[in-house]
Amino acid sequence: MNQEIDIQDRPKYINPYFGGVLLGLVLLLTFYITGRGLGASGAVKSAVVTTVDQVAPEHAGQNTYMKNFISDDHSPMYNWLVFESFGIFIGGLLSGALFGRIKKLRIEKSPKITNKTRLFAAGIGGILFGIGSQFGRGCSSGAALSGTASSSFGGLLVMLLMFGTGYVVAYFFRKLWI
Amino acid sequence: MGPLIPQGIIPMGWDFVIALLIGIAFGFVLEASGFSSSRNITGVFYGYNFVVLRVFFTAVVVAMIGLQYFDYFGWIDLNQIYVLPTYLSPMIVGAIIMGVGFILGGFCPGTSYTAIAIGKIDAMVFTGGLFLGIFLFSEFFPFFEQFYYSGNMGNITIGEFFGISNTLFTLIFVVIAVVAFYVTWRIELRVRKNMTQYKF
Repeated sequence: MNQEIDIQDRPKYINPYFGGVLLGLVLLLTFYITGRGLGASGAVKSAVVTTVDQVAPEHAGQNTYMKNFISDDHSPMYNWLVFESFGIFIGGLLSGALFGRIKKLRIEKSPKITNKTRLFAAGIGGILFGIGSQFGRGCSSGAALSGTASSSFGGLLVMLLMFGTGYVVAYFFRKLWI
Repeated sequence: MGPLIPQGIIPMGWDFVIALLIGIAFGFVLEASGFSSSRNITGVFYGYNFVVLRVFFTAVVVAMIGLQYFDYFGWIDLNQIYVLPTYLSPMIVGAIIMGVGFILGGFCPGTSYTAIAIGKIDAMVFTGGLFLGIFLFSEFFPFFEQFYYSGNMGNITIGEFFGISNTLFTLIFVVIAVVAFYVTWRIELRVRKNMTQYKF
């Protein structure tokens, strides 16, 4: 009986296959217009490089990784993925407003864990994703989704291993979610 | 013939306007599909919600088939499409690290931006973590610089790796996707039957 009520309360999301077709068309259009796919982690990389470059320009210029993304004529924020990622945020805002999901600040978690545990896990998860996306040459958007769609072997590899690892370690972290 | 910007059909000046518009479409679809919720996303790993697999595989299938047909009709020059280069060992390591980060964080970078948009504090912390993670990677880069550039296989495609055509791989992927949709639908039905609550 309870289950019925809960199902009615479930947030109204669009049909996942319909969502997938829309996402696929957005990705196809992106390839058609720009010749490249979508991305997300690249914007944070630009933000990191910009911050370090502002705070300690000499240090940033000497760092063999960051110096790849610094140019004399424009800021690292002047980058396709930065504008696109800002768009992702606005798109989320529009959809959230349309479907009534923008609410006061909140933490989403399993009832079995505390807010502190959830935020700690989210922070560590973010750090790992940040490091992994640099080694992986992109995250779920840039490597797994766009890479696989453009038939890149590395993209397929990242997709399979990322989700595969998720399944392998899911058991140990089940309390975070179920 | 596409791609439009590299071919100079749309001038470069429009690049960032288009980036913003594409991002808005991308973010809208992610949020509308339910990716602004971490418990929705991680359902794919515990069997109670396979929305990630459905959206992801459908999108790959649509874009892959689309690119093949665009090429067939002569609408796009596939040689000008960016193929992500493969660096074998660093990408294996990176994907494994991301897999663990996925389970702990419940988001990937793109989805966390949409979750911030609707007010999720956990997504803000996740994105803060991303910033810190990339910062740490950059700072310690000299220690693993050699490894980072190792295993370079260039812009190798899936077809080239397996010695088949990319068109054939597209077909194989479609079959795998359809089977996965069916199997995960059955799994989801069984898992949900035993769940007392489903409200995210």
